[in-house]
Amino acid sequence: MSLASQWTGVKTFPRGIHPPEFKEMTEDKPIRRLAFPPELIIPLSQHTGAPAKPIVREGQEVVRGEPIAEPSGFVSVPMHAPATGVIEKIGLARDARGTMSPAIFLKAYPGATQEVLYGKDVNVDALSREELIKAVQSTGVVGLGGAAFPTHVKLAVPEGKSVDTVIANGCECEPYLTTDYRVMLEYPADIIKGLQIIMKAMGVQRGIIGVEDNKLKAVEALTPHLPADGSISVQVCKTKYPQGAEKMLVKALLGREVPSGGLPIDCGAAVFNVATLAQIGELLPRGQGLIERVITITGPGVTRPGNFMTALGTPLRYVLDFCGYKGDDLAEVILGGPMMGVSIGTVDIPITKGITGVLVMTRDALPSALADLATDETRALPCIRCASCVKACPMGLNPSALGALGRKGEYEDMAKHYHLFDCFECGSCSYVCPSSIPLVQYFRIAKAVVRQKQAAAKS
Amino acid sequence: MTTFEYPAVELRTSPHIKSEITTPIIMRNVVYALLPLVIYAFVLFGLSALSLIIVTTAVCVITEYVFCLLSNRPSTLSDWSAVITGILLGLVLPPGFPLWMAAVGAFFSIAIGKVLFGGLGYNVFNPALVGRAFLQAAFPTSITSWTPAFFAGRFTSFIPSTLALPFGKPPSLTQFIQERAVDGFSGATPLALFKFQGITTDSFKLFTGMISGSAGETCALLILLCGAYLVVRNMLDWRITAGVLLSVFLLSGIFYVLNPQRYPSPFFMLFSGGLMLGAVFMATDMVTSPTTPLGVWIFGVAIGVITVVIRLKGGLPEGVMYAILIANAFVPLIENLTQPRVYGTVKRKETVKT
Repeated sequence: MSLASQWTGVKTFPRGIHPPEFKEMTEDKPIRRLAFPPELIIPLSQHTGAPAKPIVREGQEVVRGEPIAEPSGFVSVPMHAPATGVIEKIGLARDARGTMSPAIFLKAYPGATQEVLYGKDVNVDALSREELIKAVQSTGVVGLGGAAFPTHVKLAVPEGKSVDTVIANGCECEPYLTTDYRVMLEYPADIIKGLQIIMKAMGVQRGIIGVEDNKLKAVEALTPHLPADGSISVQVCKTKYPQGAEKMLVKALLGREVPSGGLPIDCGAAVFNVATLAQIGELLPRGQGLIERVITITGPGVTRPGNFMTALGTPLRYVLDFCGYKGDDLAEVILGGPMMGVSIGTVDIPITKGITGVLVMTRDALPSALADLATDETRALPCIRCASCVKACPMGLNPSALGALGRKGEYEDMAKHYHLFDCFECGSCSYVCPSSIPLVQYFRIAKAVVRQKQAAAKS
Repeated sequence: MTTFEYPAVELRTSPHIKSEITTPIIMRNVVYALLPLVIYAFVLFGLSALSLIIVTTAVCVITEYVFCLLSNRPSTLSDWSAVITGILLGLVLPPGFPLWMAAVGAFFSIAIGKVLFGGLGYNVFNPALVGRAFLQAAFPTSITSWTPAFFAGRFTSFIPSTLALPFGKPPSLTQFIQERAVDGFSGATPLALFKFQGITTDSFKLFTGMISGSAGETCALLILLCGAYLVVRNMLDWRITAGVLLSVFLLSGIFYVLNPQRYPSPFFMLFSGGLMLGAVFMATDMVTSPTTPLGVWIFGVAIGVITVVIRLKGGLPEGVMYAILIANAFVPLIENLTQPRVYGTVKRKETVKT
């Protein structure tokens, strides 16, 4: 922790960048419920780990909230029907990567109440740690910050490791996105409840909610709901990208570093996104499952941006149409934020658990440097060794040196001597590079090649 | 459900936004920061200084252009770096320096100092200083022929040596200085005066630059202001400048405390010669300075120490140029030894080869 952070009480990590926030488009728009589409598509693999196994058949009627697929292992979660209707078929559907994968197609009944009747109240206090972990798994909740890693898996503390602090991640450092912000404003009690459940499941006495200082209203909203025993506190972090990366957040709040190649649990911390916690806090005590999530639809390419409670499986096309998708002069449709989001080639994909927002960029709105790059791949200028990337890299890597090696294809040298695999691809280096060198892009290629070679060497 | 037309989109990898600061913008701002120095050089030394800077800049630009043509590559002039080299070279030459020699030096700067290494970003040494070092070796007399500031008729006539014919012997300036010099302004630089005659120049004169010296290096105040502009715009690494100035001040301060009769005051050391221009605009050249946080301090301090050693113990009155060039050569080594500690690792791994 720096001296400055000790004086002001505002926590942060060294280096990082300050991209424009662009949050004003949606930050003051309350979460609205999006109408149900006529057809929902629920991919069986919308989380990290093994795909879920369907437990329904074609033509079967389901009610909203009813389980329709069960986990196929420990690192897997169940799926619940996002709407009352009939199972149309179980077949292939396109996903964000453009590939086809198994999914359940559900035809919603237009006249149904869509009330969630399914689920039995759970007495959280009576559950043991193991039972709690099971209960979390049965909610189907995964990391809603974008990772989509099954939450209950993180709760099982491996032998020989101990956790003393659970961190709720309310930083949302990606520009444009306001999902977590709105959830903190509108569901503060659920977040605290969820955090308490997680703390109980992990046997931890201390919880910290980290919120960036551009979201002080969220701090105000959360504070009255904090438990009287002082076990949970809200701490303000500096608005800086990538403050919301869990490694940076652990460093900012606890002053500890996650060991290279390790997880937060290796330094006694566990990090959960606030939206994840809000869902656990709401669903688990009622014995219900995850059937919807909040997404931010924003960007210069839509006329009615906003934050929407969206049924999982809603086709993106339907969502964009509702938001006044402009269509013309379109440059990119991005799932997630502009720094780490994935641009997609089709809008005929469903909203899944890991989608935090959809950013629609127009050609006009793209920074000129990027627009140039798009038209002419050779636009990258030579590295002038300005060290902007070195000052930006939150991991303390030397992207300039890595980039020089990447250009020459010296991928193994990058991994061996320059900590290539410590890069988590936040994109800060590419963002600041005045010569528009595609640094993080080189690193992705390098990682893929090195992994491939390692796999080949093993087999 | 609607079926709107979904147009062809671009698929790119993240990040999808980018800072608007580009290399040409940085370089252009450095040029802006240098312009006040050019104007002040004109005020002090008149037409000769101005034409000197114009010639070096023009030759640098033309040289880069020709080399781009010869190597069949797109012109790199739009990155503005050749302009910086040209202006800097003009600023570190004596105002009455023969223009044809300046042109040779400018060609050498770009051709040998930059293009030969592979162009922008690949050169090891500061191109402007490579050019000056070449001129110092080739024309030792001309490069130490100084003119006093504010000489009479500087806006209407040239210093006689400026228009010297190529390969001829430039006229001596002794008579010219006697005729034109304003009272109290000497032809010798403060550093030379001190080194060879033991005369110290008033600090205020040094700070405001109303002395003889290279065209643009005399006014410490103006150089600091121009540098501050770049620091505010985050286009100049102040740590290098601070490292140079602090180490010069401290080291020469130690010498001064030990023997005030023999050694000049640290303030004199700071504000005389090319130190300020070197520390602000030359040492901080991004291409030829380290990128690591600790490395920049080591680099700056090394320049300061070498400068003091050359000035006080060497045979030359001024040592900034060689100090920077020597330090440039050590940049890869400095960077190697000062790779920052990576998050989540206990200690920097063993030094790496480059």
